[in-house]
This record gives sequence, C-alpha cells and structure tokens, in this order.
Amino acid sequence: MSNTTVLVDGGKMSAWAGGTEPMKASYGKLMMWFFLLSDAFTFSALLIAYGMTRFSYPAYEGAIEDFVFSQAYWPVPEKVFEAVPFLHGVSLPLVFVGIMTFILILSSVTMVLAVEAGHRMDKTAVEKWMLWTILGGLTFLGCQAWEWSHFIHGNGGVGANLSINEYGPPNFAALFFFITGFHGFHVFSGVVLNFIIFYQTTVGKLEKRGHYEMVEKVGLYWHFVDLVWVFVFTFFYLV
Amino acid sequence: MEHHDNTPQIEVQPADKAKIWGIWKVMLILLAVTAVEFVIAFTMESGAIKTFIFVILTIVKAFYIVGQFMHLSHEKKSLIWAILLPTMFIVFLLFILSYQGSAIFSLLY
Repeated sequence: MSNTTVLVDGGKMSAWAGGTEPMKASYGKLMMWFFLLSDAFTFSALLIAYGMTRFSYPAYEGAIEDFVFSQAYWPVPEKVFEAVPFLHGVSLPLVFVGIMTFILILSSVTMVLAVEAGHRMDKTAVEKWMLWTILGGLTFLGCQAWEWSHFIHGNGGVGANLSINEYGPPNFAALFFFITGFHGFHVFSGVVLNFIIFYQTTVGKLEKRGHYEMVEKVGLYWHFVDLVWVFVFTFFYLV
Repeated sequence: MEHHDNTPQIEVQPADKAKIWGIWKVMLILLAVTAVEFVIAFTMESGAIKTFIFVILTIVKAFYIVGQFMHLSHEKKSLIWAILLPTMFIVFLLFILSYQGSAIFSLLY
C-alpha cells in the first residue's frame, strides 16, 4: 500500500549489516546521541576546570552580610548575581538566573510537546510548539545578553573583562565568559536549528516525508542545552 | 501499475491526555527541585554537605531531563549503556582536577 516502504530481506541479514537498526535507533538519532556525548565531555571539562581553579584560590570565610569583593578570595556567586532588570539597586540574589532557568525548562517542555505532536502527524500542533520553543530560546538569549552587559559594566567598580574584574580573581570573570558564553552559543545554535525545522514543518516538507523525526533530533539537542544549563546553574551560581 | 497520488493521506491522531499530563508532571518535578535548591542556597551554611545536596539534586534533575525528555529511559539497554558508561571519564576528570586544584592551593598559600 505505502509506496515509501522498502522491503529488505530481514531474515538473512544480520543486525549490523543493514537488516535492522542497531540499538533500535535511526542513524541520525544515534549520531546525535554520540555528538551530545562528546559535547558533554567539552562542557564537563569547562565546568571541572572551573572547580579546579576555584579550589586553587582561597574561599571567602566569614559572614555573608560582611562580604566585600576582593582579589584575595573567590567571590560568593549570590553576591555577584543579584541584579534583575527594571529593579535597579534592589538586591535580589540569584532571582534573575532562577527566571532564566525557568524559561529554559519551559522551552524544553514545549519541545517535548512538539515531538509528541509529530508522532501524531499533527502539523499545526508541531508548528505551535516549535514556535513556543524558539520564543523561549530567544527570551533566554535576551536575558543572557542583559546579564552579560550588567556583569561587564559592573556595580560602579571597574566592571569585568578577561584580564581584570571587580568581583574577584581574574579567572572568575574569564570562566564566567567562557562557560556561559559557550552555553549561550549552544542556545543560539539550537534556536537556529529549531527555526530551520519549524520552517520545514510549515512548508510541509516533513509531512511529505511521512514522519517528524527531525523534530526529535533537534529536540535531543535542545534538551541537552537545557541539561547543561542545569549543571551550570548548580556549579556556577549555587555552589 | 496505477499511479499513486504524491500527497499521502495524513491521519492526525488525537492526543493522549495521560501522556501530555506526564510531560507537564516532569516539568513540575524539575521546577520543584529547582525551588528546593533555591531555598537551600539561602538557608544552609556553605560546606561539603551543602555541595553534596546540590550535586544529588542536580543529578535528579539530569535523570528526569535525559530519561524522560530525551527519552533515554525508553531506549534499548545497549543505547542507555553506550551513553552512560563513557561519562565515567567525567567522574575521573573531576577527581584528578579537584586534587590538582588543592595541590595548586597548597603551593600558593
């Protein structure tokens, strides 16, 4: 009936000779998984390098209330990240980064809903949820742009760049730029990929293909970006 | 053979309410864990125990994201292990570089 099915003599072929898909996952999905594994190594290396650098500096000892920025010890993150847009001068530690986490988790949920709609061949629902996911990604990028700008300009001190910063040792700002920057670049690439798949959905390309597996593949990438943020949130902002 | 129409009949299947609810439930768990982390961040003295709790809660979140959102829990056993086993190199790197960091610290201070 279906004119797209290709019959392979499955009985004679071994699993790895093309008879069936290894690990019951399509080539594209499997390769996306292995790519993400390698990407996980890269991010782990960055975060562990942060841990190592932090261990090689003295930690701040004393009451949180008396904390002042100094080159002598590693800064307490909740004292660095306490600004929220439109609430100038109000100390709201980690609130903005909490909002960013919330946005990214939500956009991950809308991505799962897009994948689910794809399984049902529901083109309109895929479009809707992909659009929400893209919107979430763009909002996150906007938040990060604001946070970077605030971090660079500082609170009346010298601000921050790769060689000096008002918050603590130079490595603190360097690692902030590296880790959140590398993650932000992943979010940006994710938004671009999501947009391409959204476009292919709207023009009916995926529907013609008969399945929405591309949505699943970019979905894997998007969830990975969310996963990395969970780790960045813990090890950069909380600990 | 008769020529087939190029546009196949698309049958949109209805959404499974229970499945959709399951997705939102995972989100609620993730948000709840994040909220707990937030509370701990401001109420606990910093130290090894606090870091340990954060690590555990982060792994809980990672478990839900990778297992449910990325669907890994529902894949073949071989695929699950192919992804999970190599991450032990990360644990290895974590140990050697923490050691290295303390070594640099004791050299400098």
